[in-house]
Amino acid sequence: MSKLIFEKSIPNRKGYSLPELTDSEKECNLHIPSKYFATEPPELPEVSELDVVRHFTNLSLENVSLDANFYPLGSCTMKYNPKACERIAAMDGFASLHPLLPQLRGGGMLTQGALEVLHETENLLCEIVGMDAFTLQPMAGAHGELTGIMLIAAYHCDKGNKKTKVLIPDSAHGTNPSSATIGGYKVVTVPSDANGCMDMNAFEESLDESVAAIMLTSPNTLGLFNPDIHTLADKAHAVDALLYYDGANLNAILGKIRPGDLGFDVVHLNLHKTFATPHGGGGPGSGPVGVKESLIPYMPTSIIVKRQDGTFALEYKREKSIGYIAPFYGNFGILLRAYVYILLLGKEGLSRVSENAVINANYIMAKLRDKYDLPYNRSCMHESVFSATRQAKNGVTALDVAKALIDRGFHPPTIYFPLIVKEAMMIEPTETESKEEIDSFIQAMLEIAELAETDSESFHALPKTKSITRLDEKKAVKDKIFSV
Amino acid sequence: MPFIANTDEQRKEMLKDIGVSSFDELLKDIPADLFAGEINIPAGKSEMEVTNQLQKLANRNANNLTCFLGGGFYDHFIPSSVDALSGRSEFYTAYTPYQPEASQGTLQAIFEYQSVICRLTGMEVANASLYDGGTALCEAAMMAINITGRNRIVLDSGVNPIYRNMLYSYSKNLSIEFEEIEVKHGQSDRTKIEAALNEDTAAIIFQNPNFFGGVDDFSDVVEMAHAKGCLTIASVYPISLGLIKPPGSMGVDIVTGEGQSLGIPLSFGGPYLGFMATRMKYVRKMPGRLVGETEDTNGKRGYVLTLQAREQHIRRDKATSNICSNESLCAVRAIIYLSLLGKQGIQDLAYICATKAEYAKIRLGKIKGVKVKTTTPTFNEFTLELPCDASIVVSKMIDKGFAAGFPLGRYYSGMENFLLVAITEKRTREEIGMYAEALEGIL
Repeated sequence: MSKLIFEKSIPNRKGYSLPELTDSEKECNLHIPSKYFATEPPELPEVSELDVVRHFTNLSLENVSLDANFYPLGSCTMKYNPKACERIAAMDGFASLHPLLPQLRGGGMLTQGALEVLHETENLLCEIVGMDAFTLQPMAGAHGELTGIMLIAAYHCDKGNKKTKVLIPDSAHGTNPSSATIGGYKVVTVPSDANGCMDMNAFEESLDESVAAIMLTSPNTLGLFNPDIHTLADKAHAVDALLYYDGANLNAILGKIRPGDLGFDVVHLNLHKTFATPHGGGGPGSGPVGVKESLIPYMPTSIIVKRQDGTFALEYKREKSIGYIAPFYGNFGILLRAYVYILLLGKEGLSRVSENAVINANYIMAKLRDKYDLPYNRSCMHESVFSATRQAKNGVTALDVAKALIDRGFHPPTIYFPLIVKEAMMIEPTETESKEEIDSFIQAMLEIAELAETDSESFHALPKTKSITRLDEKKAVKDKIFSV
Repeated sequence: MPFIANTDEQRKEMLKDIGVSSFDELLKDIPADLFAGEINIPAGKSEMEVTNQLQKLANRNANNLTCFLGGGFYDHFIPSSVDALSGRSEFYTAYTPYQPEASQGTLQAIFEYQSVICRLTGMEVANASLYDGGTALCEAAMMAINITGRNRIVLDSGVNPIYRNMLYSYSKNLSIEFEEIEVKHGQSDRTKIEAALNEDTAAIIFQNPNFFGGVDDFSDVVEMAHAKGCLTIASVYPISLGLIKPPGSMGVDIVTGEGQSLGIPLSFGGPYLGFMATRMKYVRKMPGRLVGETEDTNGKRGYVLTLQAREQHIRRDKATSNICSNESLCAVRAIIYLSLLGKQGIQDLAYICATKAEYAKIRLGKIKGVKVKTTTPTFNEFTLELPCDASIVVSKMIDKGFAAGFPLGRYYSGMENFLLVAITEKRTREEIGMYAEALEGIL
């Protein structure tokens, strides 16, 4: 059992060193009345620096990570995170820069390097997805969605449009309906058809003058591309409903197809997916939002402008802006990594990304389709969704398959999503994995399928190779222990 | 091609196994007119070239100014082991810990982070973190509206103006009414607050120390609010909690704050760390991920993401928030930083910051024409009144090598001559002396 850091605490042990106050400083009394003081200092652990180093080093070893393991987690695009991006983000000229500096008079000239990074990143993203302007401020994909919905609301409000609804397919990520609701809209769910795409008849039935936007992921969460996208866009635009692109799956079409050309009005990207910034164990991410010209007036405060003399400045006074959605300019450290990634890959590199991602995904699909059910049996894009229904008949669920993969040294695919597929297993290999790595994953999946037929009982004790066995999630809900 | 392993031969072999003759055949269902033409971005460059290019850009940022600039974002020292440990790729290249057996490292670290946030704030439960202090405050406001079923928020003007702007943006499309209460002599105005609180008020939001640097005990405000059935939300600066009364013991209901000062670099505005803590009775209304303790099949202790029925991937449009991720790696940095400091260290650090600020107040207050405007107790930040426009002074101080502080006129009209000055443990007595001399020279 891993002890908690608090359980390693020994009274009066220290892990820090602080500068001494000088005598003249010490002479200054704090003018804080005693009632403002804490009665006791907070109970932080009392441990040495080595205690801390060993504790967190050992904790890190309990993680399965992309750097150590194949991580085909569908919809999450777990591609290799280049080390160059890490080193550049840690450069002192970037890492120690105070965000309020450009707001000081004359301060903008002191952050020209950082502002240039942001401005160039905006331009590159515009070109890559075919939009007219980008804001880099949203700090995650869901934050981008909310920003996008706020922009859409501002657009309709300004035009005097009476809009109340947002249409979302049933295969969408949960953030879509949630963001639309928080943006003040009612969500209408549109079912998928037999091909896994949004049902066009149901869509047309739901589409009327009260629809503010349609939120789509393309290719969708089943890894399928909707060939009717132009028709869909035309119908939406006919009632002044805007088309929103959830960029979760941009890796499938990067450098080949641009959402802007397909008719999308607003897009959000997940730089932590498509643009290779590390996922950090669940964040920080970055979810920039791109728009077509008609939405530019509403973009969040501030925007970066390039002056005629080639210098960069921040502009705050914009009458129609939705206002502040982040304190500053977004997750700068993450944006910087994505910028470096784009520079390293360049035009050709970006289009090779989607090509290899799609080949790798289809290769896995071809090799596993005999042993696992494929609910939508057509060419996939960058990921494929299998179902463990066949194995479940023997009592081996998608969850069991996942745990068996952990024991074989792989991070499992995304399971039980999308919600419309029973026993879903969503496999996204990404472009950075080699054929050999993918082959050994395929081998493991085939072994597991065979074992599911011969020895289904053995699965329930898995995983066996980790420091703990399967955890009781219901007990956590019941006990409600969230801290010590 | 960078970061792609497969060779042309391997690709051919794979296409053959897929049963197609070319890559294009895989995309045959996509109409040809949907493909983009030429995309106008430069060709890829080598790692060396890109590194040099970015080093040049980094050099064009003046990070060599001596920093007296705060405003909620502080220049604290970061111990080497914070970088070394959070830089372990087992932490930073892992995904959200949805598979708990494969993610105990992240899960236990977050559980420890949640614990330490509870201990700092004096609250009962903390989530796994939110994007930043501003979005955490917006989420807290939504949470209070959700809990009380009321739609009015009383907002103290001592709250960071950037966060107040964010609150207004976020609530634009929802029917939320705000009433802002002017700070009086640098302190929250009790009379006006009491008058503003009523049966429609969901919550009052205040900040401690406030934006002008003033420290307060809000216990009386909390009492006033609770008497009207309103919740209380405090935005706090975590380092100050080494010394000053935690919001939990003032009876505050929801605590949020910016965790940047806990071992996270300033990095031009992000990534940062929003923390949030509350009372156990509100846990089901709290947004964001939450790690809980449980056992494995052998009765061994372990950690999982829990109470997920609050969240968007289960509840979709009925979720408590649309938030999907947390700032996990920043939370890991915070727990490492706070573990290094420990119980004595956080108190010592807070004491050093406050004492140095006291020294600076005395030193700068001696300059002719300069008045220390914050007469209430302060922690590490205070307001100076200058004999002229503070933004012009700041501009001149830049030339002398100082980021001299934040001119309050930018957000508060009528305060054009006021300058907000922040001190951390990094500012030596000599630097404070040189700052004073430079200021003297300018005025």
